[in-house]
Amino acid sequence: MSDYDPVEVTPLHADEVSRMEADALAAIKAADSLDALKQARLAHAGDRSPIALANREIGALPPAARAEAGKRVGTARRTINEALAARQAELEAERDARVLVEETVDVTLPWDRRPRGARHPITTLQERIADTFVAMGYEVAEGPELEGEWFNFDALNIATDHPARSEHDTFFVGSTGSGMVLRTQTSPVQIRALLQRELPVYVVSPGKVFRTDELDATHTPVFHQVEGLAVDEGLTMAHLKGTLDRFAEVMFGEGITTRFRPNYFPFTEPSAEMDLKCFVCRGASAVPGNPPCRTCKSEGWIEWGGCGMVNPRVLVACGIDPARYSGFAFGMGIERTLMFRHNAEDMRDMVEGDVRFTLPFGMEI
Amino acid sequence: MKVPLSWLREYVDLPAATAQEVADKLTAAGLKLESIASHGHDVKNVVVGEVLEIEELTGFKKPIRHCRVEVGEATPREIVCGATNFVVGDRVPVVLPGGVLPGGFEVGARKTYGRMSEGMICSERELGLGDDHAGIMVLPPGTPIGADVVELLGLRDDVIELEITPDVGYALSIRGVAREAATAFGVEFRDPAAVEVPAADGPSWPASIADPTACDRFVLREVRGFDPAARSPLWMRVRLTRAGMRPVSLAVDITNYLMLELGQPLHAFDRAKLTGEIVVRRARQGERLETLDHVVRDLDPDDILITDQSGPISMAGTMGGLETEISDASTDIVIEAAHFSATGISRESRRHGLVSEASKRFERGVDRELPLVASWRAVQLLAELGGATVQPGVTHAEVEVEPARIAIPAGYPGRVAGVTYAKETVVRRLEQIGCVVAGGADPATRQGGVDPTGVVTGGELAARLAVTGEDMITVTPPSWRPDLTDPNDLAEEVIRLEGYAGLPSVLPSAPAGAGLTEGQRLRRRVGRALAESGHVEVLAYPFVSEDDFDRLLLPADDARRRAVRLANPLSEDEPLMRTTLLPGLLKTLVRNIGRGFSDVALFETGAVYRPREGASGTAPVLGVERRPTPEELASVEAALPDQPVRVAVVLAGEFDRSGWWGAGRQASWADAVQAARLVAAEARVELSISADQHEPWHPGRCAALYVGDTLVGHAGELHPRVIEAYGLPPRTAAMELELSRLESAMPGPVETPAVSAYPVATQDVALIVPDFTPVADVEAALRDGAGELLESIRLFDVYTGEQVGEGNKSLAYTLRFRAPDRTLTVEETTAARDTAVAMAADRVGAQLRG
Repeated sequence: MSDYDPVEVTPLHADEVSRMEADALAAIKAADSLDALKQARLAHAGDRSPIALANREIGALPPAARAEAGKRVGTARRTINEALAARQAELEAERDARVLVEETVDVTLPWDRRPRGARHPITTLQERIADTFVAMGYEVAEGPELEGEWFNFDALNIATDHPARSEHDTFFVGSTGSGMVLRTQTSPVQIRALLQRELPVYVVSPGKVFRTDELDATHTPVFHQVEGLAVDEGLTMAHLKGTLDRFAEVMFGEGITTRFRPNYFPFTEPSAEMDLKCFVCRGASAVPGNPPCRTCKSEGWIEWGGCGMVNPRVLVACGIDPARYSGFAFGMGIERTLMFRHNAEDMRDMVEGDVRFTLPFGMEI
Repeated sequence: MKVPLSWLREYVDLPAATAQEVADKLTAAGLKLESIASHGHDVKNVVVGEVLEIEELTGFKKPIRHCRVEVGEATPREIVCGATNFVVGDRVPVVLPGGVLPGGFEVGARKTYGRMSEGMICSERELGLGDDHAGIMVLPPGTPIGADVVELLGLRDDVIELEITPDVGYALSIRGVAREAATAFGVEFRDPAAVEVPAADGPSWPASIADPTACDRFVLREVRGFDPAARSPLWMRVRLTRAGMRPVSLAVDITNYLMLELGQPLHAFDRAKLTGEIVVRRARQGERLETLDHVVRDLDPDDILITDQSGPISMAGTMGGLETEISDASTDIVIEAAHFSATGISRESRRHGLVSEASKRFERGVDRELPLVASWRAVQLLAELGGATVQPGVTHAEVEVEPARIAIPAGYPGRVAGVTYAKETVVRRLEQIGCVVAGGADPATRQGGVDPTGVVTGGELAARLAVTGEDMITVTPPSWRPDLTDPNDLAEEVIRLEGYAGLPSVLPSAPAGAGLTEGQRLRRRVGRALAESGHVEVLAYPFVSEDDFDRLLLPADDARRRAVRLANPLSEDEPLMRTTLLPGLLKTLVRNIGRGFSDVALFETGAVYRPREGASGTAPVLGVERRPTPEELASVEAALPDQPVRVAVVLAGEFDRSGWWGAGRQASWADAVQAARLVAAEARVELSISADQHEPWHPGRCAALYVGDTLVGHAGELHPRVIEAYGLPPRTAAMELELSRLESAMPGPVETPAVSAYPVATQDVALIVPDFTPVADVEAALRDGAGELLESIRLFDVYTGEQVGEGNKSLAYTLRFRAPDRTLTVEETTAARDTAVAMAADRVGAQLRG
């Protein structure tokens, strides 16, 4: 600025500033891409833009004029910057929308590169049952599957010549006189628990058992049971009923109706069978004239498992004084429970290991 | 036990209840309903007719008669009939047109053999009365014409089949069921055994008991002049049939009928075939007997026999001998009614594989007071129905028996039930089942006689089972309830009769438990981890064969060939208990592939059975009157095989699937080894893996899995010959690992790591090693050499080719270093890398590449 003229600076005239602003706004409005806007910014708001140059001239004005000129230029620059920012935002939004549309994929494409497996429902049902009792304070007891005859029979008051013994279709190990069998029930774990644990004892024991039945829709030579045992002072049949009612509720849902029916098991006395009111026909099929029910075979009730008060003879065989302690025990079939709870109809499906049977059951049941 | 309701009603005044209602009450009392069979309810329009005229039709393949039958209508009916066993004047059952026979079989008027037939003349079988279909049923003369045959013959009946538990022998009789029904309905019971038996008038055929442990009562009675041609009356045949027994002959039918009614098995001998005194004794070595079923049986010295001077004539309580059996010519009959040892009959029946209606009752316990009554009723019926003359005498050999008495506090049943029963209730219920109840405590064990049931008695057992308390009562069970021996037996009787339905439901409060054990948690985690990573769980049968061991290529001396053998396997093809989980898994894999699933990964967690070195092979059967000693228990444990829990995996086909994203990846040895690492990770133990040669794996693709120095399993690709033998897809891989060993190696709780906030320093190295050098060794050397600053190490490339020379491979690793307390300098990390490389050079001859 060699022609220094402190009074007359054209660029700071009001109409000049207004024109610069208008030019800038028009250019901003006309910018149709982020690149064009960048050019408009350089041209109209950059260091060498008219308005920036005008701004520099303010210092040359006489002090009295500076304030007004400064205000005028400042307002114009603010307007231009606001317009730039607004247009920038607009153009960015447009670009983003366009790019995201271009990046669209088909989210329905499959991605089963490594399909998940599953756990066998017999396993997970055993675990669920165990959890039910663990929540009540029980522990999970274990015992061998190939068991001493004394544990499987004699200690459970199933004497050699008692007809109850021959009702168990037993696999004998080695020879019939070996004293060893494949356990026919989970009940020998009762004996082991009573011999090994401090009283009181509250245990459940799910596990594999064996009977010499050929495989068909309702039988399998290898199946699973869950045994429950509680021995404490003052336990009664009412406690047994309360425990199994709770168990049934957890397994089959609130509102399940149960009944105790006298039965016989050598290792419990008194003994009972725990029946469930058929949850398909609600017992209606037992009334003549009503349609038949496959689930309960029109009996109205489903046998779930055996139970009773621990026979004091069992306590004696384990060295426990029946005058002081009493207990209850129960045993349910896991396959049977699965059949009722999940409408499984054919035992063969449970033993064949077909992945189509197992996969839907997932990780928990 | 099949119970025709008409028979039951003879001894108990049942209210007008349906069969279902009766069965429900019995079920609630412990006699569980199996099924109900209704007879005759659908039968209608069957009347008595008289045959007026018979015209034999000719020209057909069989004789056909056209009859005119008077049925009490306006005109006689014309009926065509194929039977010829009747004559003009006979009264016969006729089903008229519109009538219905059992099974819903409707009869109409139709033209047949060229004549009209307005109905049908019926046989017994057609009326649902039995199996007799030899001819039509001829009714006694004088049977009123036109009478309703259903009413006349009692065709209509319901039979309830009850499941009788093995403790209650008495319920295997109409008498026992009627007693329960009477109690259940609160009505009167008329005991069919309560008959007046005249006092003995001298002995009958001579007999004695030589072994009082075999038999404690033996009764013989005789009839003479029995008409062997006499037929059992219809009512008897119908009842036997409906109760599930086949009518045979009058004499046999009478013994069976009384057994069903009273529960006392009876045997009929042909008197003419007996020689000398009958003696009840055990068999002698080498004795044989041909039984009714024409089998010659070698007798065991423990068998209980009925013998005469000729030798054995009957296997007591099980099956009679052929020689002395009554025949269709027998006129003089000796009836035997006895009380045998329950355990003795049980053993005899099992030993000879002979289960009879008699043995079933004897081994469950028979009323010792029945023989005199049952034999008396038998000879009465033989006289009444078979024209015989009852001989006056009765032979009665017996052993003195003092029955047991049980003392309980009157409140004991309530104490067991968790409710309060009034003393009057307890006493009333016990008396209802036939007990004699007295005040005070005066218990006694049973003295003398045979084992009345299979329940163990004697010794100190009674004292150990005794219960005490206030207001003691002493209970003498009735003769028909030998199963009642303990205080709890009495408690059950009171509680069941008061009704299980009335028991309250109270949840006990167990003491706080410790939850699952570490081992139990581990097994769950392992199952979940394998399933999450693509494996499906199976539960295969644990039965295997020698053939499996051959297919697995197990060497002759392989420990896995030492397997437990079952005495009675389901299939002779698989008599052994598994020593490895693989056979079951491989067969399941083949099954799935056969069903169209070629990409399958399976796993199983379960026990294997490994006989212990030097085990005796026999586990002693201990006593039950006290707790066994530790030594006794140890002797049982020592005989049992070791039963560790294993986990195994088999994989075939694609483990990572092909798809639109590109090619997948076949399951391989590496997936099997990785499954083992996964399992070990759940146990928080580190597996060290080394190459091994171990059947059934591919000798070049088999990994031994160690935890420290302990071998825990193997993994890899299966041997091609194993794959071929099982029909598996090529390259099938497998892993088997002993979880029990992993469990014992599990470390304690995780130590929280110190997480350094200082930056990481990364160094890559490429090492050239000979091809055969295991990567695991190289990595271990690098780790050990790198020292504490090493945070992690990762193999990111394996290269073979010209650049590294023939027989070599290049391994490229990224080493990450970090210090807990400072930023590492370049010098520090380079020094650590150099010591790592030096260690690798030293241990495995690794050279730094290029």
